[in-house]
Amino acid sequence: MDIVVLCKFVPDLVEDLEIDASTHLLDRNFLRLMPNELDDHALEEALLLKERHGGTVTVVTVDAGDVDEALYTAAAKGADRVVKIVGEGLDQGLSSQRLAALFAQAAGEWPHDLILTGTQAVDDLDGFAGALVAARLGMPYVGYVTKVASENGAVVARKEYPGGLNADIEIVGQAVLGIQSAEKPPRYVVTSKVMAAMKSVTIEEFEAGDAQADLELPITGMAVPQSAAHAEMIVGSVTEVAEKLAKLLRERGLVA
Amino acid sequence: MCGDICVVVETLRGQVAEITYVMLAAGRQLAQGLKTKLTAVLLGQGVQKLADTLGAADRVAVLEHPALAEFNPDAYLTALAAVFAGRTPRVILCGHTAMGTDLACGLARRLKLPVATSCRTFAIEGPDATFAALTCGGKLIAAGRLPDPSCVATVMAGGYKADAGKVAKTPPIETLPVPAGLDAVRTRFKQYIEPPAGDVDIAKQPILVSVGRGVQNKDNIALAEELAKALGGVVSGSRPVIDQVWLPSTRLVGKSGKQVKPKLYLALGISGAPEHAEGMRDAELIVAINRDEKAPIFGFAHFGAAVDVLELIPALTARVKQA
Ligand SMILES: Cc1cc2nc3c(=O)[nH]c(=O)nc-3n(C[C@H](O)[C@H](O)[C@H](O)COP(=O)(O)OP(=O)(O)OC[C@H]3O[C@@H](n4cnc5c(N)ncnc54)[C@H](O)[C@@H]3O)c2cc1C
Ligand SMILES: Nc1ncnc2c1ncn2[C@@H]1O[C@H](COP(=O)(O)O)[C@@H](O)[C@H]1O
Repeated sequence: MDIVVLCKFVPDLVEDLEIDASTHLLDRNFLRLMPNELDDHALEEALLLKERHGGTVTVVTVDAGDVDEALYTAAAKGADRVVKIVGEGLDQGLSSQRLAALFAQAAGEWPHDLILTGTQAVDDLDGFAGALVAARLGMPYVGYVTKVASENGAVVARKEYPGGLNADIEIVGQAVLGIQSAEKPPRYVVTSKVMAAMKSVTIEEFEAGDAQADLELPITGMAVPQSAAHAEMIVGSVTEVAEKLAKLLRERGLVA
Repeated sequence: MCGDICVVVETLRGQVAEITYVMLAAGRQLAQGLKTKLTAVLLGQGVQKLADTLGAADRVAVLEHPALAEFNPDAYLTALAAVFAGRTPRVILCGHTAMGTDLACGLARRLKLPVATSCRTFAIEGPDATFAALTCGGKLIAAGRLPDPSCVATVMAGGYKADAGKVAKTPPIETLPVPAGLDAVRTRFKQYIEPPAGDVDIAKQPILVSVGRGVQNKDNIALAEELAKALGGVVSGSRPVIDQVWLPSTRLVGKSGKQVKPKLYLALGISGAPEHAEGMRDAELIVAINRDEKAPIFGFAHFGAAVDVLELIPALTARVKQA
């Protein structure tokens, strides 16, 4: 089974997010980017499938700055090919629609029985790229997937519903799957292996075509939510906070 | 349906899902503001009787076929694309859920429409309909226009009360013709896998000590267990904690896990992403501990403290035990 995994670089949410005063959008200039967490799960599921059924895993990302290390890490984990889509202005963030257009135009470059994406990226607004890619390529899409199996020539995707319920969906032919979590926590790879990959693996560069999103969503602005109902903050040292909290819980009858 | 606000009804195992009522509440507001009708589109097999529960809509369009008996992504998409083809609804609302997100983009693509995801609220501003969406784990709100003449939007829980979408009225029903292609879809529902049984039901616990990625590693779960024991509660967690197998999946709180409403929800090292909030924001008392003063959880917790959880947990356990 040949699998392509799409990996997106998204803002690290531990950092402060600033709004650009002129565009009213997220200021991407000093943003620390990291791989979208679910994409790590998508890669893990792809590697598990390769271990079980053979085939290849190709990781494709868009050049958003410091992506090389993540690509070498993917190679060290077992990806056969690592690809960076390069082109003008791609580091300013890419809408899901544009990514889908770019990727669909190039998909023939990479063998794929399955395309795995994250179900959703943390900074998504204008559509889920996996579903959009599927629609453009005329392939079925199933998201919220927590396990992928190959049974008698068909793919079975385990889809997650609320409350711990899952459903198995069988898919005939090629498909795009949005991964919610891999069957196992994503593997860890030691730094020495990543270093070795840096020496032996070539990151393929692929020139982005002129594919444009035809259906951009008009975002007029972003803001940090100002909640009226902000929590009452308990201040002080850890000991003081613990004391005040214990008192609060006792007053509320929550401590026996 | 031309110009209507259309809600794609979600059902699971013969029951209308709560998100449908959230969408109906949102759709009602949009329909009123734009002076148009609200149509609920109900797909399934043997589901027409559910139309009674969709009284918030001006009418219910029903499409029944055996391939739609359980959620089947390709079949639902094929059916919906046929239902909306050539009709130009003003807005098609899908749930920002396991089902809705499988449909929204494919539908948009087939109808050549833009799509707005993660919408929480809508508003009418002059001639425009606008949306506000939560993004970046709830750290930002993005606002935009719902493009006309038509677009698709996915609706998250949290912006509208489901009760506002529940109206005891039987709306007129329109039966839709079965479109071609439903017998030749490429996905098939095989079976449900039931949630694992045997663990405590966190939805029934009055006190939850809930841990997030901020607890750093599996070993620290023991600290939370000890605090939970002192408080007479149990430990639950956010998605990363479950995905790392620090806790079993039965302990997951949120969109994909359990909806909980305990007397006390102690959120330890949880950022308060919308998917987590969905499962716990109705708790009677939410106390959040998070190093990051700007963590979204402080926007809806009742009490908070910006300290290190790993230091706080043992200190609090000791104080609670002193009682
Ligand atoms: C389709 C979908 C469904 C999802 N369903 C769910 C769901 O059901 N439940 C769920 O929880 N999530 C769900 N998620 C994931 C959700 O989007 C968030 O990623 C997740 O809730 C984040 O968990 P967290 O708060 O533990 O981790 P993070 O967001 O990483 O937050 C960790 C927090 O801990 C704080 N912290 C770190 N160290 C310390 C310390 N020493 N002391 C104090 N604070 C510290 C940090 O400041 C940070 O705010 C879903 C996502 C998707 C896309
Ligand atoms: N710019 C991008 N580069 C690579 N992959 C992407 C990109 N945008 C989206 N994806 C993939 O699509 C998934 C869903 O992202 P999104 O459409 O932003 O919700 C991500 O988890 C990635 O797998």
